[in-house]
Amino acid sequence: MASNPMYQFNVYRIGPEIKLGSVDISFTNASLFMVISSLAILIIFNLGAKKKTLIPDKLQLLSELSYSFVAKMISDTAGSKAKPYFSFIFSLFMFVLFCNMFGMIPYAFTVTSHIIVTFVLAAFIFVGVTIIGFMKHGLGYLKLFVPSGVPMVLLPLIVVIEIISYLSRPISLSVRLFANMMAGHTMMKVFGGFVISLGIVGGWLPLSFSVALTGLEILVAFLQAYVFAILTCIYLNDALNLHH
Amino acid sequence: MLKKIVILLFVTCFACFNTAFAAESGGMPQLNPEFWISQIFWLIITFGILFIVLTKVILPKISDNLETRKSQILENIEIADRQKEESQKKIDEYEKIILDSKVKAKNYFNEAREKILDDINKKRTALEKDLDEEIGGVEKELSDLKNKSGEKINKIAAETSAELIKELIGEEVNSSSIAAIVEDQSKLNKERKDV
Repeated sequence: MASNPMYQFNVYRIGPEIKLGSVDISFTNASLFMVISSLAILIIFNLGAKKKTLIPDKLQLLSELSYSFVAKMISDTAGSKAKPYFSFIFSLFMFVLFCNMFGMIPYAFTVTSHIIVTFVLAAFIFVGVTIIGFMKHGLGYLKLFVPSGVPMVLLPLIVVIEIISYLSRPISLSVRLFANMMAGHTMMKVFGGFVISLGIVGGWLPLSFSVALTGLEILVAFLQAYVFAILTCIYLNDALNLHH
Repeated sequence: MLKKIVILLFVTCFACFNTAFAAESGGMPQLNPEFWISQIFWLIITFGILFIVLTKVILPKISDNLETRKSQILENIEIADRQKEESQKKIDEYEKIILDSKVKAKNYFNEAREKILDDINKKRTALEKDLDEEIGGVEKELSDLKNKSGEKINKIAAETSAELIKELIGEEVNSSSIAAIVEDQSKLNKERKDV
């Protein structure tokens, strides 16, 4: 059972079954790791923000560097108008990053390897960005689908393509994160299984590959959180500064 | 690129696996909707709390901290600049003072030198004048003496010869004739000397 590489993605109930009406909202291992990730973020950044010294200590430096990293990312991609959305993008980036990183601990559960979680995040971003766009530009936001400088003949085709690409944003955003996390963890599990099945004689090759893969997966965990946040910034940029 | 291909392969594999064995083992646990609502619920709770606490409590603190550090650093730089300017001013003043005092010292030296030289010159001229006067007086005396000496010598010679003759002959001789002879002799002597 445990040798199945997909077994690690199983969600199971922890503690009693909680029902809200007829809906099951029991506390699961996924919920546990969401809580752990959020608590870790809050504890680390609270400790980092607590002391106000001119020369920062390690945690303070960490929190301040993260702050300026995200701030720079937002101002680079979405400009100064995106300042009010800083705390949301910061929370989003940190949540995804910590969920990815906690997933790298053996026997831990990776929250972001579930399509439903990433899809809810992506759908929320999509809906939010669309609402912001219509609030800022009114119906003029629809000009997003009509790029300037396109010949009249091609326009209907381009508009259809633009609308499809806009509507597929939440899907591409959520599937990118989910598929990366799932594929990486599955691959590590498969190579881990090879180590056991090949034993002491032939197991060294998949073991070394597994070690290398761990480093790669940590990189991917960071990179996917970064990509998730920066794509959110780009979508926000479309809504705030209508360029088309 | 390789990574993308591998991911695609895995995704398609699992998709196929899922459709093929969906009934048997449940396939991808991600596609099992049993706990979807639960996951959404807990995601909203945890992410909501995280977002609210970060926004209301933690991020303002970090931002404040960064701002105060920036302003403090700017302040310190300003103070340092001011102090640098002041020290430059002081250095300039100090150099000016040194230059002034050097010039003054030179002036004092030159003044003192001129004074001394003046003094020396004055004293020297005064001394020279005195010396000239004295030399003049002495020379005059000398020339007087020289002029008078001839007559006196003649007189003494006449007297001496009169006395000598008196001793020798025992007779008084006319003094005027003796004087005439002495004068002749002295003239002769003088002529001989001149020759």
